[in-house]
Amino acid sequence: MKKNVALITENFHHYIPPDLAGYKHFGGFTALKKALALSEEDLIERIEDSGLRGRGGAAYPTGKKMRQSKAYQDDIKYLICNADEGEPGTFKDRDLLEQDPFGVLEGMVITAYAVGATHGILYLREEYAHLLELLQGAMAAMRREGLLGQGILGTALDFDMTIFSGAGAYICGEGTSLIESMEGRPGRPRNKPPYTKAQGLYLKPTLVSNVETFSAITAIVKHPQGVFTGYGTQKSPGTKLISLCGNVNNPGTYEVPFGLTLEEIITELGHGVAGDKGIKFVQVGGISGPLLPRACLKMPLTYEDFDAEGLSIGSGAVLVVDEDTDILDFLDAVAAFFKHESCGKCTPCREGNRQLMNILKRMREGTALPSDPENIQRIAHTMKYASFCGLGKTAPTALLSAIKYCPEEIFMRRGQ
Amino acid sequence: MRDRIIEIIGTHGKNQGALIPVLKAVQRMNPRQYIPQEASQLVARIMGLRESEVYEVVSFYGEFSETPRAEHVIKICDSTVCRVNHHRELVDILEHTLGIRVGEASRDGKFFLEYSPCFGACDVAPALRIDDKVYGNLDRDKLEAILEAYRR
Ligand SMILES: Cc1cc2nc3c(=O)[nH]c(=O)nc-3n(C[C@H](O)[C@H](O)[C@H](O)COP(=O)(O)O)c2cc1C
Ligand code: SF4
Ligand code: FES
Repeated sequence: MKKNVALITENFHHYIPPDLAGYKHFGGFTALKKALALSEEDLIERIEDSGLRGRGGAAYPTGKKMRQSKAYQDDIKYLICNADEGEPGTFKDRDLLEQDPFGVLEGMVITAYAVGATHGILYLREEYAHLLELLQGAMAAMRREGLLGQGILGTALDFDMTIFSGAGAYICGEGTSLIESMEGRPGRPRNKPPYTKAQGLYLKPTLVSNVETFSAITAIVKHPQGVFTGYGTQKSPGTKLISLCGNVNNPGTYEVPFGLTLEEIITELGHGVAGDKGIKFVQVGGISGPLLPRACLKMPLTYEDFDAEGLSIGSGAVLVVDEDTDILDFLDAVAAFFKHESCGKCTPCREGNRQLMNILKRMREGTALPSDPENIQRIAHTMKYASFCGLGKTAPTALLSAIKYCPEEIFMRRGQ
Repeated sequence: MRDRIIEIIGTHGKNQGALIPVLKAVQRMNPRQYIPQEASQLVARIMGLRESEVYEVVSFYGEFSETPRAEHVIKICDSTVCRVNHHRELVDILEHTLGIRVGEASRDGKFFLEYSPCFGACDVAPALRIDDKVYGNLDRDKLEAILEAYRR
């Protein structure tokens, strides 16, 4: 199996954004033309057939989501590109926006046509403010060429977009929090239902998708049927962007076909661990993901293999951690992050993160209580099942996986 | 300050959806990169919002500061990837070179040092931001050259 492929990333380094002529030279906007020649129905079917699942973490089937969104017609319908990418260890959306912004924006216009969206918004995290000018330039270039605005490419499609710059909050990656922040409030998640597809921004139907999802839509429509699904496995067709980082020789964004093992990703794409050290664990999916020991590295990166283990591919972050790292220090960084980023709306998350941090502190200082292993399980269980949103539900994942896979390391210092 | 804030709200509009862009501009116009309480009050009054609605947003988001910082804000990432890539060394160099601790401003008012959650530069960890600009793969020499350039 070819390890590093270029489908979603095929335009990387081929043109210098925001040079629209350069993008067109490599087949840019042919996907949009093809899409506009199809009926909305056929276009959605095309995405359904590709088996594409959302790349923002929840892996919901994209075609299905488009079909559901299409059912809510209104005079205004918003389409939001979620470029909040707050998951520590993840930077693939940044690369997509920086190296091939038109690939993302073209996917948004295609989606707008499919679902009947009238207004597009790219929600850019504050930390990516350095990309603001580039993206504004890309949108302006599209407007000049009739690829945004009234009657796109001579059709009846009216669609334009703007950028909303976030203000620094991990929770705003969650769709409803993102919308709250756009409405000028703290980014606290809303109750569901109503789902955003029915009532989102300013109570209008709203479709929120991840940056990579839009790029994948462009690639799927651009190429003949079967090209995308020619990669990957039966149940996980296509390719995935991986943010490879940590103690590896060659960190970076890699596009891989589903089915590669973590070991292949680390040794062949990442060129192994820096300084030839041993691997202590790998955290997959970002800070909300589990810590996997060496023994798990033969696992293929597919939705089905991860599901079978009760794990999630999440954002596609692969963080390699060498044997020199103290696992309790690492878990402390995880806990500190979640304590800082909890929006405070619900008690299990707000208080749970605080308590877990206290216990970790005791463990690091060797003053853990005999009841602490049980305390961790009780608190983590409550967080996992009673938290209001995904942040609190996944906050204890790293700690629980560490206890499951390497209990000696965790409880070694207890009672010293 | 009042006139500048009126002008900012004039360009962004008075509906609540403009609050975050307005507060960003208000913070940027302040030479010490923060939003003083009087500024929040003015924003509330001019936009027709309750003061609490404005404070709540200022205190919720990481970008906003309620206390004075400095001309340039140095944000050191202290999330997981930068930690396993030895971000501690960056902190030590910065504290030593600037003669301040994290959470303080240098005496010349040039730099303020703070921690930040991951800003998506993990491929070049350990990383830091100075205002909007990201710097990665840092060691002592690089870091000192960067600071020097800002001092000039
Ligand atoms: C705490 C939290 C943070 C999230 N952060 C992001 C993010 O940064 N980017 C993103 O695309 N989705 C994020 N999501 C997932 C979104 O809620 C949503 O599922 C996604 O944007 C949908 O797009 P997709 O269908 O293309 O995956 C986050 C979810 C939660 C609960
Ligand atoms: S789980 Fe955490 S982030 Fe989510 S609503 Fe509750 S407090 Fe807020
Ligand atoms: S963990 Fe430091 S930039 Fe991502």
